[in-house]
Amino acid sequence: MSAIANRYEFVLLFDVTNGNPNGDPDAGNLPRLDPETNQGLVTDVCLKRKIRNYVALEKEKDAGYAIYMQEKSVLNNQHKKAYDALDIKPEAKKLPKDEAKARELTAWMCQNFYDVRTFGAVMTTEVNSGQVRGPVQMAFASSIDPVVPMEVSITRMAVTNERDLEKERTMGRKHIIPYGLYRAHGYVSAKLAERTSFSEDDLELLWRALVNMFEHDRSAARGEMSARKLIVFKHDHPMGNAPAHQLFDSVKVKRVEGEEDTPARHYSDYRVSIDAEALPAGVSVIERL
Amino acid sequence: MTYGVRLHIWGERACFTRPEMKVERVSYDVITPSAARGILEAIHWKPAIRWCVDRIHVLKPIRFESLRRNEVAGKLPSSTVSKAMKAGRVDDVAYFVDQNRQQRAATILRDVGYVIEAHFEFTPRADESDTPGKHLDIFNRRARQGQCFHMPCLGTREFPASFALVETDAAIPPVDTQLSGERDLGYMLHDIDFANGKTPRFFRARMQDGVIEVPPFEEALA
Repeated sequence: MSAIANRYEFVLLFDVTNGNPNGDPDAGNLPRLDPETNQGLVTDVCLKRKIRNYVALEKEKDAGYAIYMQEKSVLNNQHKKAYDALDIKPEAKKLPKDEAKARELTAWMCQNFYDVRTFGAVMTTEVNSGQVRGPVQMAFASSIDPVVPMEVSITRMAVTNERDLEKERTMGRKHIIPYGLYRAHGYVSAKLAERTSFSEDDLELLWRALVNMFEHDRSAARGEMSARKLIVFKHDHPMGNAPAHQLFDSVKVKRVEGEEDTPARHYSDYRVSIDAEALPAGVSVIERL
Repeated sequence: MTYGVRLHIWGERACFTRPEMKVERVSYDVITPSAARGILEAIHWKPAIRWCVDRIHVLKPIRFESLRRNEVAGKLPSSTVSKAMKAGRVDDVAYFVDQNRQQRAATILRDVGYVIEAHFEFTPRADESDTPGKHLDIFNRRARQGQCFHMPCLGTREFPASFALVETDAAIPPVDTQLSGERDLGYMLHDIDFANGKTPRFFRARMQDGVIEVPPFEEALA
């Protein structure tokens, strides 16, 4: 498969109902908040984790779709795989002297690991296979409106320790956001895709992952999360035909008229519009969801 | 000396990590010449040219925000792996990404805007086909149309940088009044000297009414 030949940008809208999309370790696992605006935040790495998990599920045993940054995996074993496949003696902390060999290693990692091809990876561990910068770049997602996290106290009809036996129950806390619609931006560089051989199939898989990643990430903490809209901008030219910020600005998410000052509780409280008129020549819009 | 270019860049967040605070990252107050060079290279670069940042205009007040994330922690000694390989079992190597986590805080910048003034010089790898006009045209055309090799970023890749060319006859966007006066930003990374074993070089950054004059790389302190 040859690499993709177009630059892309995408806008992903996803929402959460009565859940915590991304806890903040600094704030006792409260949903992340932008302290200046009170908008909710979801970090780029949180979304990337979900993409990796989705790909791992869909392509469970397929060659070429292994996931390098697995939960429950050992990074250096993966590097070992590369060395063993190519029969190179591991050298501590630097690339093998022979540059062709080093490139071969990196290429092997890209061939076999979907997330290395997509997001890149720093493989400067003691068993070294170099560094890869992937074509897909994601930014933080933030909510359209300020969100108000709620603390919900819950009880459990059991105790952990025997000494607490007479207490009969324990209390716990959950932090939820009643409703939040989040917007994430992403970029796909055709030129970096050439270097990691990120193909059209891989791109399709990325779109599928973005659409379906929340469907396989259900848990007590998350509440109901779903991808609501995925708008892809495709440039004719590999370097692009328009500034990314201009394309993002053409996607407007507004509250339904007359409801602006009430709290939103459902996706139908928002109206998403794409100003197709304003799009520059050479850019096409593809709605994947 | 070739003609210079001027690029306006802005973004929601940025992190230009101070080398002395890399574990719990703390950003410099402003963009470093090294990060600015990286942004220019994301738009156009060839081995024949080298970007030199001349001046940095800081347009917006300097504000920080803290952010904590889960990151992977460390590395595993290869000896452990070779042992496991000899034994032919990996399950002895109890070292999992989700158990091997570090929560790192980062102190990052919020809502930044800069204008980078720069020029390029030719490297020994340039040949007769590399004329100043050619590279200048390519850069200006790409920056004007929003074309880029990959999306430039403000320090780290999760903070993308929007960019627009400041045309030669156009005025630079106004600097926020909070930045007027002189401010000493202390020693700041100028760039990494890749020719000499990747040694960092520093310069004394002084901001005068939002403008930082960047000395040539040769004059920076190793």
